[in-house]
Amino acid sequence: MRGTSAVLGAAGFAGFLALCEAVPRLGVVSEDYFPPVSRIADALVGEFGDEAFWTALGDTLTGWALGLTIAVTAGILAGVVISVVPYLRAATASTIEFMRPIPSVALIPLAVLLYGTELRSVLLLVVYASFWQVLIQVLYGVQDVDPLAEETARSYGLGTWARIRHVLWPTALPYVMTGVRLAAAVALILAITAELVIGAPGLGSRIAVAQTSQAVPEMYALLVVTGLLGLLINVGARTVERRALAWHQSVRREVTV
Amino acid sequence: MLDVRGLRKVYEGSGRRVEAVRDLTFTVDAGELVCLVGPSGCGKTTLLKCVAGLLSPTSGEVLLEGRRVSGPPPGMAVVFQEYGRSLFPWMRVRDNVELPLKQKDLAKARRRELVSDALDAVGLADAAGAYPWQLSGGMQQRVAIARALAYEPDVLLMDEPFAAVDAQTRADLEDLVRGLWRQRGITILFVTHDIDEAVYLGERVIVLSSSPTVVQEQLKIDLPDERDQLHTRVAPRFAELRTHVYEQIQAAKRGAVPQDAKAAPPDVKTDRIPRVEG
Amino acid sequence: MKLLLQRLVFVLALPAVLVAVWWFASAGSTDVYWPPLRTILKTFPDVWTGERLIDDVLPSVSRLAAGYAAAALVGIALGTVIGSYQRVRAVCEPVLEFLRAVPPPVLIPVIMLFAGIGDTMKITVIASGCVWPILLNTVEGVRALDPVMAETARSYGITGAARLREVVLRSASPQIFTGLRQALSIGIILMVISEMFAASNGLGFTVVQFQRTFAIPDMWTGILVLGLLGFVLSVLFQLVERRVLGWYHGLRASTRRSS
Repeated sequence: MRGTSAVLGAAGFAGFLALCEAVPRLGVVSEDYFPPVSRIADALVGEFGDEAFWTALGDTLTGWALGLTIAVTAGILAGVVISVVPYLRAATASTIEFMRPIPSVALIPLAVLLYGTELRSVLLLVVYASFWQVLIQVLYGVQDVDPLAEETARSYGLGTWARIRHVLWPTALPYVMTGVRLAAAVALILAITAELVIGAPGLGSRIAVAQTSQAVPEMYALLVVTGLLGLLINVGARTVERRALAWHQSVRREVTV
Repeated sequence: MLDVRGLRKVYEGSGRRVEAVRDLTFTVDAGELVCLVGPSGCGKTTLLKCVAGLLSPTSGEVLLEGRRVSGPPPGMAVVFQEYGRSLFPWMRVRDNVELPLKQKDLAKARRRELVSDALDAVGLADAAGAYPWQLSGGMQQRVAIARALAYEPDVLLMDEPFAAVDAQTRADLEDLVRGLWRQRGITILFVTHDIDEAVYLGERVIVLSSSPTVVQEQLKIDLPDERDQLHTRVAPRFAELRTHVYEQIQAAKRGAVPQDAKAAPPDVKTDRIPRVEG
Repeated sequence: MKLLLQRLVFVLALPAVLVAVWWFASAGSTDVYWPPLRTILKTFPDVWTGERLIDDVLPSVSRLAAGYAAAALVGIALGTVIGSYQRVRAVCEPVLEFLRAVPPPVLIPVIMLFAGIGDTMKITVIASGCVWPILLNTVEGVRALDPVMAETARSYGITGAARLREVVLRSASPQIFTGLRQALSIGIILMVISEMFAASNGLGFTVVQFQRTFAIPDMWTGILVLGLLGFVLSVLFQLVERRVLGWYHGLRASTRRSS
């Protein structure tokens, strides 16, 4: 069964590539706008040979990784503190509900003014967007803690720290992992956005340059690179999630479904 | 009314063949209540799905009023064991019962009449506006029965309908089914793994062998029409009949154990989970 | 009554404290980039007049609505088809996984090639960014149709359009809404930055214009308006979701109680 799926999937992908080659070749769409796959592949090879491309890739990954790390750390810390301190959950609920849907791109003008095209501009957007993903999942996870386990822990006189370590954290972990996975995808989107719009160095600004200089195949090649990067991050995050939580029911259920 | 002739069903997949049903022939007459009973994992569900037109048999045929069943026929209604999953949780009880009728192109007034009549019959007239998940398991199964009644089927198929409810509720539901059958004269084919239930409910009990399934024995239940949980179950005749069926099933289990029973693919395995009988 | 009062305190206390902190911390601010909150609020009514709402907010919101609606339509329709057929799913999955992984803002320069810089470009950008989460979640939801429900529908002759409308889409609706929610935040991002790229009106355009002309308090009011818009849309979404998925939340609550 799995074998057939893989074959069908490969066939689907090959068909997709063939279509993208044929459409411009047959003149359905102008080659100026939509170059055939072979030309995009050429451009991609060209990019690989360009040192500036690798620098750009490095910049993007730096912004992504740094921003994600800050957001995840802050999200987990804030989530645990909010859940452990009495009344803090109720007191922060309205603020979180208000802040969370604020689009982080609203901060772009502020980022430009404060930091220009520095890395900090990218970080501001990335951290703001991914922080909420992690925080919300941590809060969901803590809500899922079995009240019985919590009471048992209390009745055995476990202190706050021990309760966090042995009851709260293991229960919340699968949710935290989901949060990290979602945040990783969001962080990439925002990192590229910041580069594209603000002009911070990275793949995004390289795409903007390709666009203004009418280097269409290069632009598509870079788009493919960002797609592969996104794919790698998605697959990687899912693998880590599954490995880390092989024992956990919610993940097992996801696998068997 | 319902004819099953030489029915055979072989599951094939990932290089393995499992013969779930080998050769089944039996009939159900109009207005009869027939119980099919057999050891767990004997392919009862497979058989019922073939009869309902949900699975196509490998060979043999199912005839409903002389017409060959090749897909779910309009004159048949099924009550599944998993009430929680066979009722639609996004519809209120009333809409769950009404949905199949909409497909029958009945006028709105007629549909309303059928729905309220069916809900009355199962004692749930008050619950029409509730969602299924707001009801207890037994009440949900009553809704499923009401849906089948409102559909006005020629034959009502019931696939271990009470296996997942508690004993008290189960007794109530058994009496409900018998009552409805006597009032309305519907034809019912009732599948169960519970011997007492089969003997208590049925006019006739068909005992199935272990998989690959054949008919082990057909038995007329000569208990009086008027049955109740208290007296019928302690009647000597009831004890004799249930003992007889029990022996038959034990014999069936000792009988030919198929070679591939241990290597069943997952799709038929649910039928094979060993359970304590009776 | 006392309980209500207590809840009200919980809801309002922290926002009030935060606003107060902002107010006093920025009160004597001489930093051009961090104007006093008082100045920002005073500027607000001057900037966001009725005219501006019609000229800038309305076009933005209409483009978002058009793109989002198109994405929902295409995503749910295609997702239902792909989710219903195992083979179609196997063929499409790798391509979809790749297309979904492309960060949506990257599409802006590409779509500009085809559609110029007008409304069509922005609506297309929003639609093509929003469609993936909706599509993939619909596929998952349709695929996960409970086999017992599917057999029930079949045995009662519920087929064709009725099956799609009353059974398949309803049972997939919780998952579809997950996709719609993700798509909404992507849609807002794309609405703003597609206007930052190339536009002559719209919220994103206006806010960047303020920033470029160093109208800092005006820029801050713009940021507030964008934030408010995000919040209002999310509240609207939750209202719709609660109405459509009321049964689902009830069902989940009832299974949680019994387990």
